[in-house]
Amino acid sequence: MFEPSEILDVLLLRNYNTRLVVICTMLLGCACGLMGGFLLLRKRSLMGDTLSHATLPGVCLAFFVGVMLGGQGKSLPLLLFGATVTGVLGCAAVLFIRNHSRIKDDAAMGIVLSVFFGAGVALLTMVTKLPDGAAAGLESFIYGKTASMVLSDFRLLVVVTVCVLLLSVLLFKEFRLLCFDEVYAAAQGWPVKWLDILLLALVTAVTVAGLQAVGLILIIAFLITPAAAARFWTDRLDQMLCLSAVIGGVSGWLGASVSALIPNMPAGALIVLVAAFLFLCSMLFGIERGVLVRFMRQLKLKRSVGRQHLLRALYEILEADGQRMDGVSLRAVPFRQLRGRRTWTDRQLRYCLRRAYHQGLIGPVSKNDAILLTQAGLDAAAQVTRNHRLWELYLIEYADVATCRVDRDADEVEHVLGEKLVALLEEKLIKLRTANDLAVPASPHPIKPGD
Amino acid sequence: MTWYSIDTWIVIVGILAAVSCALLGNFLVLRKMSMMGDAISHAVLPGLAMAFLITGARASVTMFIGATLVGVLTAIFTQWVSRFGKVDEGASMGIVFTTLFALGLLLIVQAANHVDLDPSCVLYGAIELTPLDVVWRLQVFGSVLEVPRAVIILAPVCGVNLLCVVLFFKELRISSFDSELAATMGINTNLIHYMLMTLVAITTVAAFEAVGSIIVIAMLIVPAAAAHLLTDRLDMMVIISVILAAIAAVLGHVSAILLPSWMGFDPALVDATSTSGMMAVVAGLIFTVVLFCAPRHGVLVKKFRQLDVVADSENTIG
Repeated sequence: MFEPSEILDVLLLRNYNTRLVVICTMLLGCACGLMGGFLLLRKRSLMGDTLSHATLPGVCLAFFVGVMLGGQGKSLPLLLFGATVTGVLGCAAVLFIRNHSRIKDDAAMGIVLSVFFGAGVALLTMVTKLPDGAAAGLESFIYGKTASMVLSDFRLLVVVTVCVLLLSVLLFKEFRLLCFDEVYAAAQGWPVKWLDILLLALVTAVTVAGLQAVGLILIIAFLITPAAAARFWTDRLDQMLCLSAVIGGVSGWLGASVSALIPNMPAGALIVLVAAFLFLCSMLFGIERGVLVRFMRQLKLKRSVGRQHLLRALYEILEADGQRMDGVSLRAVPFRQLRGRRTWTDRQLRYCLRRAYHQGLIGPVSKNDAILLTQAGLDAAAQVTRNHRLWELYLIEYADVATCRVDRDADEVEHVLGEKLVALLEEKLIKLRTANDLAVPASPHPIKPGD
Repeated sequence: MTWYSIDTWIVIVGILAAVSCALLGNFLVLRKMSMMGDAISHAVLPGLAMAFLITGARASVTMFIGATLVGVLTAIFTQWVSRFGKVDEGASMGIVFTTLFALGLLLIVQAANHVDLDPSCVLYGAIELTPLDVVWRLQVFGSVLEVPRAVIILAPVCGVNLLCVVLFFKELRISSFDSELAATMGINTNLIHYMLMTLVAITTVAAFEAVGSIIVIAMLIVPAAAAHLLTDRLDMMVIISVILAAIAAVLGHVSAILLPSWMGFDPALVDATSTSGMMAVVAGLIFTVVLFCAPRHGVLVKKFRQLDVVADSENTIG
């Protein structure tokens, strides 16, 4: 079908015909990815959508002005300028509505999008009805012409990308503060409003530069998808922005290259699909917030909680038999009695028992369905029960303490609270002991064993 | 300005489309899902293309079903991405609809070698042409009433929306304001969510096919947002939004006829501009007026109240 050398030529930018298109979409992908990262964190991902629609009236008005000044009307700088003006106006309108009324971000963006675009459509209809036909193809301005980019598009994109890159490096600290804690930034005396407008102006610049090169839908996708994909891999803003720019660049590169190789494949659509594919992979396999990683984490937590519940339930059943100073006496506990200690289903309990057996905490479940702790299991159970009760007491005694200091894993009470406090807690627990001496103090809030 | 019977029909179609959208828009605005109409009207492209590729004809019934299915899928995928991936709702919406649109574009380009299925034509139906597409002639008082197809599509949609909003008003209200409370009260919030999304998808598809997507997007959000600034009661909000939507539809068409001469174009050359565009613009103007002048939540009132407080505190200190 294709010569390998041909594929390599396109991918490595050696093919003169496709080089420009591939480089342009790569640059745009990087710039959009970078800006998209900020937008995502500001929960304004759809701003690109709003912006790109808001440029239409500007394009038409610029055309009017051009005609009125006696010119051709279709001069690119004038049209770009018009697009930028209404784009920035649209942003300002969104910010105004959001800041001065109870209308939320999403509705504000929707209002600006539809009203500006409506105005654009109304203007465009009049322009296209003009007799001289000078406006022919004006609407293609917003749908892009990826495959026929020329050198001037390339220059524009380079300038915009460099500006965006420079400003976001220079103002990285300020933008980060704006993204994570706007109120704090304002309290620190930063000009939050102006920073917000500057950020949106940068997004506008990228959008306008990209719009006539690659079209509306691609810009929207470029501003959202790479950033959302990068978010799955890292919790650090700098890494996320770099990754987002890389993902944007790679989608542009791959999408444009494939489109150049296979006939009848629009580049814009392919780039969007490549970016969506990268997003899907990131969503599944991302090492920080990916679906699989979170699933594994949840499974681990569920197992550890199950183990602790099992051990504590077993210990408390033995404890109810009667206790001595050196601990409780071991005996086999019937399954039904264990089942009644907590609200767990048979299947959950069997699963916990199977895991505990593999960890050597309990012996094999006997023929008459009874469970016997091993010595190691008994030690672990005593430890878990003691720590659980220390936590309970701590939470009862120090109810005003920040919940962030509570570690839900009962294994590590000393690690979190410090030895002094643990000693104090143990002292308190000892006071709770009944007449009999217990190796593990009683629970501060005894649970009635069921069954 | 001359008014023909065609203009009456355009206004009727506009009102039907605007009211159907505004009814649902209230709940979208309250649920912070305003952009759903925009997302669905872009995302249905693969549904249209698939329906076309399967049946090989531009039969409107299969296309309607295909588009509505993909519209509902858009809502489902958006919820999946935002729930499983823990992605911001707006971002997941954007990812889903751009991807679906790109997919649709690819399908159309593959099919377009032998057909004319122009994406921009699919996306921007023309309300001005609806009266020409007549499917039903009625005899009323001896005169013939030519009912356009768009009215026959949109009237039932409007009726269904009204019926659902009235019947499930309590459920919609509680789940829009406090979905956790709704769940504890035994309301199936997921069911309500998807019912709303299905209605939005049907309305979006029906309306944009007949009158263009710009009306859908504008009327889903703008009247509801304006009504939200005018009242604190949901039932009043729904009623006000419907009234505002109807007003925007009427004034939109009138201004579409008048605008070109206002702007100094020769009426012989430019007789009228896009009605759907002007409906959105008029809705925007209404919203702007409300935004500044609303009695309790308006910008001006808030400003005056602030000044009052400042003056009061100065008086007491002085």
